[in-house]
Amino acid sequence: MSLNLAQRVASATPPKLARRIRGVSDRTIAWLFVTPTILLLLAVNIFPLIWTIRLSLTNFRTNRPNNPVEFVGLENYRKILTNPDTWASLQATAHFLIWTIVLQVVLGFSLAYLINKKFRGNDLWTTLIVLPMMLSPAVVGNFWTFLYQPQIGLFNYFIEFFSGVDPASFSMIGDVSLAPWTIVLVDTWMWTPFVMLICLAGLRSIPPSIYEAAECDRASKWRQFWTITLPMALPFLMLAVLFRGIENFKMFDLVVQLTGGGPGATTLLTSIDLKREAFEKWRTGFASAYAVILFVTVFGLASIYVKALNKVKDR
Amino acid sequence: MSYSITEPSNRQKWFAGILVVGYALLTLLPLAWIIATGFKTPADAIAYPPKVIFSPSLEGYVNLFTSRSRVTPEDLAALGPPTTWYDAIVRQYDMVINGPSRYGERFMNSVIIGFGSTFLSVFLGTIAAYAFSRFKVPLKDDLLFFILSTRMMPPIAVAIPIFLMYRQLGLSDTHLGMILLYTAVNLSLSVWLLKGFIDEIPIEYEEAALIDGYTRFQAFYKVVLPQAATGIASTAIFCLIFSWNEYAFAVLLTSGTAQTAPPFIPTIIGSGGKDWPAVAAGATLFLLPIMIFTILLRKHLLRGITFGAVRK
Repeated sequence: MSLNLAQRVASATPPKLARRIRGVSDRTIAWLFVTPTILLLLAVNIFPLIWTIRLSLTNFRTNRPNNPVEFVGLENYRKILTNPDTWASLQATAHFLIWTIVLQVVLGFSLAYLINKKFRGNDLWTTLIVLPMMLSPAVVGNFWTFLYQPQIGLFNYFIEFFSGVDPASFSMIGDVSLAPWTIVLVDTWMWTPFVMLICLAGLRSIPPSIYEAAECDRASKWRQFWTITLPMALPFLMLAVLFRGIENFKMFDLVVQLTGGGPGATTLLTSIDLKREAFEKWRTGFASAYAVILFVTVFGLASIYVKALNKVKDR
Repeated sequence: MSYSITEPSNRQKWFAGILVVGYALLTLLPLAWIIATGFKTPADAIAYPPKVIFSPSLEGYVNLFTSRSRVTPEDLAALGPPTTWYDAIVRQYDMVINGPSRYGERFMNSVIIGFGSTFLSVFLGTIAAYAFSRFKVPLKDDLLFFILSTRMMPPIAVAIPIFLMYRQLGLSDTHLGMILLYTAVNLSLSVWLLKGFIDEIPIEYEEAALIDGYTRFQAFYKVVLPQAATGIASTAIFCLIFSWNEYAFAVLLTSGTAQTAPPFIPTIIGSGGKDWPAVAAGATLFLLPIMIFTILLRKHLLRGITFGAVRK
């Protein structure tokens, strides 16, 4: 049906009468309804983005507003891309990103698979597992530093309880080799439920008739998992990875509260590095160029990934 | 129940159940520890091995809500006996209460900014979503993608120009400034979620109303809004949770008057070292409402956290 009833009535009504009946035209309403949203987003997102790009070409420093602002071209970009510290923080981010995604996918998918066995009370436990993810990362991250205290922390106590290692002999936050894993661990604790929820939706979307057919064909459970369960849940899994990837590339609150980027620069993720440049060293122009590079990186990687995701979906 | 060859066996169910419950208990332990630490005395909180059984104390909550100062024993004796139970707790440590702490203010800021931005983003989101769902909007897909892409920017990257802009406009460290900022961030979520909800309402309802002589506006608020009420409510809670939890903008753009609780709670310190029971008490009061909302929201969780990309 290309023309529905309302449209037929509307087209049969003379325009003048229609305006009297309806007050305002649909077109006007559409614009009236969309404009505030677009304006606000332009003001708070696009205008700042353009401003950032402009600042990134200058040597402007917020703490020295009276200094003459000079146009320096792509100098800031050159400095960032040739700075080994930038690459070190990108490396820290990559370590964080890759390991959180691997752990969350494995744990999240396994949990979803188990919950999908529909044992009694699975709804209740699913809801409880989800709780950490909904809480304020800054507040919870701050409390984790208490759990990680070498002398008194609950985490170190657990390690001692199970392995006998002296709880005062290691500090999850203060140790250069442990700190990168500390942030991976807390992020995994917090966000595994997210991957789990999406995987669960994927598993529940598989029609039981496919498994019934596989049973009739005497396919083993193992084979059913690899040829039915995993491929059919894959688009969901990939979507979960996309969301986690974007979020963890932007990661700031949880890690800044946990380690603050330290010890040294071992957990100095790009967002934290950027914050230091912009709001502690006040190198506004430099930091703006950094921000543009990060934004282009997220946007580029996400676009490539979405293309791959769509390919998997269409298959 | 009818027998099905694909139904897991009882043994499988037990096995799965035990593993999931085990994981859940482990993952809830830090949260339980926050709540428990709030009711410990500072000595109990830092005892080793960690104390699971302890006699509950309200010291953490008293310290959270008051600011105190140390006095000499002579001055303390001159004050006479404590008049209230919280006075008595504080005096054990040779301290007196000077007045309320900033926690109450910060909590109220979170409430004002959270509810203000939620209301605005749901209001603007609902009308925009309705327009996107029902009318021909030029460049609709591009606009929708643009709205979504605003979420990809790292908050710190956006914060640099916003910081400068807000200083110029006098919006930095104000409630209005934070409400507008959070509204803009939440709009992408609210438009996408609400468009999904409104898409699901049959268009025939409105057509019937239009034929009955309703104007578009009347059809919108008398027919569509009541139908979308559940969707609007759950979108509102998701927006509220985001504003409630947000830290990056809050820590950069607020310092005094409009500071919310997330940047404040980690800065709570005691007289000697960090007062963990007070921090835990502050965290408990701040996190509990969200835990309750999460349980209420469980049916819409998936949709909310994936911007409507996955529906159950």
